[in-house]
Amino acid sequence: MSDVAAQIEAASPGAVVLEWEDLGELTVEVRGDRIVEACRALRDGPSQYLLLSDITCADFPDEPGRFRMAYHLVNIATGARARLRAWAGASDPAVESVTSIWPGANWMEREVYDQFGVHFHGHPDLCRILNPLDWEGHPLRRDYPIGGEEVQFTDAV
Amino acid sequence: MTMGTAGPRSGNFPIAAESREAREAAARDGRALTPTERIIAGVEARTPEEAIERTLTNEMLADARPGVRQPMLINLGPNHPSTHGVLRLIVELDGEVVREVTPVIGYLHTGIEKQCENKTWWQGITLVTRMDYLAPFANIKAYTMSVERLLQMEVPARAQWIRVLLAEMNRLASHLVWLGTSGLELGAMSVFFYCYRERDEMLDLFEMVSGERMNHRYFQVGGCSDDLPPGFIERVRAFTEEMPARIDDYEALLTGNPIWKDRMVGIGVLPAEQLLALGVTGPTLRAAGVPYDLRKVAPYSGYQHFEFDVPTATEGDCYARYLVRVREMRESLRIIRQVLDGMPEGPVIADDRKVVLPPREELAYSMEALIHHFKLVSEGFTVPAGEAYVAIESPRGEMGCYAVSDGGPRPYRIHMRDPSFVNLQATAPLCKGGYLADLIAIVATLDPVMGGVDR
Repeated sequence: MSDVAAQIEAASPGAVVLEWEDLGELTVEVRGDRIVEACRALRDGPSQYLLLSDITCADFPDEPGRFRMAYHLVNIATGARARLRAWAGASDPAVESVTSIWPGANWMEREVYDQFGVHFHGHPDLCRILNPLDWEGHPLRRDYPIGGEEVQFTDAV
Repeated sequence: MTMGTAGPRSGNFPIAAESREAREAAARDGRALTPTERIIAGVEARTPEEAIERTLTNEMLADARPGVRQPMLINLGPNHPSTHGVLRLIVELDGEVVREVTPVIGYLHTGIEKQCENKTWWQGITLVTRMDYLAPFANIKAYTMSVERLLQMEVPARAQWIRVLLAEMNRLASHLVWLGTSGLELGAMSVFFYCYRERDEMLDLFEMVSGERMNHRYFQVGGCSDDLPPGFIERVRAFTEEMPARIDDYEALLTGNPIWKDRMVGIGVLPAEQLLALGVTGPTLRAAGVPYDLRKVAPYSGYQHFEFDVPTATEGDCYARYLVRVREMRESLRIIRQVLDGMPEGPVIADDRKVVLPPREELAYSMEALIHHFKLVSEGFTVPAGEAYVAIESPRGEMGCYAVSDGGPRPYRIHMRDPSFVNLQATAPLCKGGYLADLIAIVATLDPVMGGVDR
């Protein structure tokens, strides 16, 4: 078990579901309800992931958890990176908000809410950010059509 | 027009329309208005009639309790010359003092991440270059590097050096636009003309190498689309010899200028811990004393071979951000000179026919080349399933690209972590308690590019 996963396990036993390293990037999958504990452990623990680079999501309609959150953390002194992953759930997707740890997560989580419809419990200002306030639907979901017109040979690709 | 009846025209009041939108959005989710929605909706103003009623109450309140000042809500933007594009700031003012700032973004949202999912991997390059339109080379570099990592592809040395060269020239060009527009916003008009003169020379050089003045599509997956044109190196060298004196000129106009210093020194300060917690990167973070520069901390594209310093300052105010960026321009020139001196020979793109287009001349006599060309253009190349997050140092901070592949010819998901988007969150904490005029200086030195913020 890597140091990163060990630190999460020490702070919140049972939180780590899986971990692996691929293409030189460390990924730790944690349970969706433990993401805040995991983030806090990595920020305050010896690995010193002080900066939250990015929060984003990808939609997998065929997976039971459907919305796969990805949190990219970085240690600003060594450049070491870790990716935390968590599934938000297919019906009523939601995870805990990490804004209490990094206030900068505010807009990143609003963007995920706007584009994917994932709710963040404990977020202070969860409303749309890039799309108009009264926009219907969540554009980055895979079942949201892109629109546009069919052109010749569309199906050839 | 009679007030008090909700006639058909009442829906035309912008504030009523926005208020309705916000309330509909909240009702759909079955929740109360969030702070941002309340501000956008004009706080409690539900209908034009209610808004007028509320204003009357406020005036009566002020009459009843003299000395009690009512806050004033004003919209700065989305079309305002000082907000660097279509940034809208709803400012709550107490006289000249800023009590609260709520940035409203999304006016340039074009769904680039969604469009990428419907294009092949190589077509995505054309889209991402349009995000942060002042740093197109940084956008493409992050994108192509993440695809290259998924493909586990080696990029030839010459291509790496060309990428470093253009990325640093891009940093210089971007900082020139920043310096020129910031000068304009704070009343130093001649700096704008000087900076744009040099920036135009940069655009000519970019046009020479890529064929386009902006939105270049020069970096490809695996390297660069073509070698440097003849005469390019000499022209860049002449530019680097001229440029230090030009930067001296800007500094002579600004660095010791009492008006410039009055507008900047001690304005917009946040401690480094708070900036880090907000996710702020780039010159803004370095001006507060944190030497976080990905070119040094996690070198990529061979940055470890070049000698350069990471300029930092400790004050963390607008003036420190100005000084850091000006010194970064000099460091970029230093890197450019080293690249020109040591540019290795060799191919400019990897030799992988399953990913890279064959050389143009081969199409005339090689059937295989023609087939590869046709397949690559019509179908695109496939990328092994997996995910990669690659971050590079753009002129504004950490520019990241998170690419997810399902093994097909199109990206399953592309997410661009744009530094402008994250840095812009610092606007409200930086501006609170300052004067309205300081807000202009603060937004100027944060240097957001709205194309990158909204994507």
